[in-house]
Amino acid sequence: MSGSMRNLALWGAASAVLAFLLLPLLIVLVFAFDASSVQVWPIHSFSLKWFYATWADEEVRSALLVSLEVAGLATLLASVLGTLAAVGMNGLSSRAVQVGSFFLTLPIALPGVLTGIAMNSFFTALEIPFTMVTLVIAHTTFCTVVIYSNVMARLRRLPRSLLEAAQDMGATPFRGFASITLPLLSGSIVSGMLLAFALSFDEVIVSTFTSGSETTLPLWIFGAIRLGQHMPEVNVVVFAVVAVTLLPIILGQKLAASASRE
Amino acid sequence: MTDESSLHAPAVSLTALTKSYGHGKPVLKGIDLTIQRGEFFTMLGPSGSGKTTTLRLIGGFELPDSGEVFLNGVKVTRLPPYRRDVNTMFQDYALFPHMSLQDNVAYGMKIRGVDKAERTERATKALAMVHLEAVGDRRPSQLSGGQRQRVALARALVNEPSLILLDEPLGALDLKLRREMQVELKKIQKQTGITFVYVTHDQEEALSMSDRIAVFSEGVIEQIGTPEELYERPASGFVARFIGSSNILNESGGEILLRPEDIRLETQDYALTSDEAGLSGLVQEISYLGPVTRCRVATTDGDRSVTAMVPSRQARGLDENMAVRAVWSKESAYPLSS
Repeated sequence: MSGSMRNLALWGAASAVLAFLLLPLLIVLVFAFDASSVQVWPIHSFSLKWFYATWADEEVRSALLVSLEVAGLATLLASVLGTLAAVGMNGLSSRAVQVGSFFLTLPIALPGVLTGIAMNSFFTALEIPFTMVTLVIAHTTFCTVVIYSNVMARLRRLPRSLLEAAQDMGATPFRGFASITLPLLSGSIVSGMLLAFALSFDEVIVSTFTSGSETTLPLWIFGAIRLGQHMPEVNVVVFAVVAVTLLPIILGQKLAASASRE
Repeated sequence: MTDESSLHAPAVSLTALTKSYGHGKPVLKGIDLTIQRGEFFTMLGPSGSGKTTTLRLIGGFELPDSGEVFLNGVKVTRLPPYRRDVNTMFQDYALFPHMSLQDNVAYGMKIRGVDKAERTERATKALAMVHLEAVGDRRPSQLSGGQRQRVALARALVNEPSLILLDEPLGALDLKLRREMQVELKKIQKQTGITFVYVTHDQEEALSMSDRIAVFSEGVIEQIGTPEELYERPASGFVARFIGSSNILNESGGEILLRPEDIRLETQDYALTSDEAGLSGLVQEISYLGPVTRCRVATTDGDRSVTAMVPSRQARGLDENMAVRAVWSKESAYPLSS
């Protein structure tokens, strides 16, 4: 096989994999513009009418609000917890960091079902009713991991001499942290927050176990599909979720890339 | 320090400092050292000899296991760096990447609450001292290594501390820039009168810049003295070998030190005078170094050898395996105490 043939085969294989991954998503996105209420290929006429209909749906709007609130609150909480965890652990021995990181990253490393069940039993045992509060706490666990990892990666590349230099010039450890460490971490904190927000916004499994009567957008989709109703609206909602999730991920990666160049 | 009692105290005084890391072997095994005000003092030694640890103890970045640190007569052993009147020039410069050069230099003054107008004026002046006043609004990442090194110096100088610690500050520069900065550093030290404590493993650098040098080896100080003292009257074989190049010969009485530039080469049949000693042998290696030529002479059995450094003009006509007599005056042979 010649070089160009091999190249062609490689491109072919890569395209096939990408198509396999992205085609289903593409189909849902296209069907969001289908005027018909039953999904049949080929699409007869395109329209935005389901976008209007979905926006008018009270259930969908309240689910969107819940999702935004949960993702927003969990991300804020996690940004503080994740950053503090990383900064605190950075001073420890590499062995301690390894052990600490292992336990911290469990909520993401374990299957969502396990985290969900564990959270559910925990809240039940403490007789905490399932509300927005439990949902936010549950989401904060895995959001913290994302921010912790992001911040830790940056911290490890920050020379210790920077903080020593700050103290050398009269700054207390706290002042040094506020004026040197924190500004240098801000890029990785923000990019971690964007990723955490995206992660929380489309989370289904942990939410199922901890939401009680609250319905997030992904939970609404899940319910709608199971009942086989509102299929055109589901397509529109998926379109919205993809948009809301992709944006922060792309932004976050850009930020992380520029932060690592500094 | 305005305390009357501390006015005449030495800039730095270390007593019986020891330090070990974790369960490893000790890094410092009892360091005693006094550095006078206004001195350019160098701590010289191979890596792992404890010189950088000693510097970090003076700066307050490490705590000793035992012993005390005094600055201007005041005990500071347990004080953190931000409560010591000392500034450090770090080996990696440690410039703050998110701040302009101006803000880097002004950082210490900002922390201490100096008002903005004075801050700007003094930072600009300090940058001018290292010829960087024109680029004060740049970030450290936009500078060359030599320029970063200058900013780090300005940042240490601007706070007018009584003492500046320099941790191998020229290590990352190329040879030409190093030479320039050596002259510059020495000049600035003289101008400001600030005590400099300088760490290096480069003996040439140490000899050319320092008022006094402490030679470190395996956690102890082998010798403290002026460059001349260390070169001409080394206290041990270690110091003799570390400073300059040297021949160490085993005579009946013990070891003697012979500097290569004190040896000249004569013909085989040269007759020694009463105050001369010599070694007959064959020329082994000849290296032309420009003004001088280095040449090793070994006895035919290869048991003993000396290296001579002779003016290149006199080395013409030397050839490998030529029989010669290496000659030195007995006066220039310095007995080493073991």
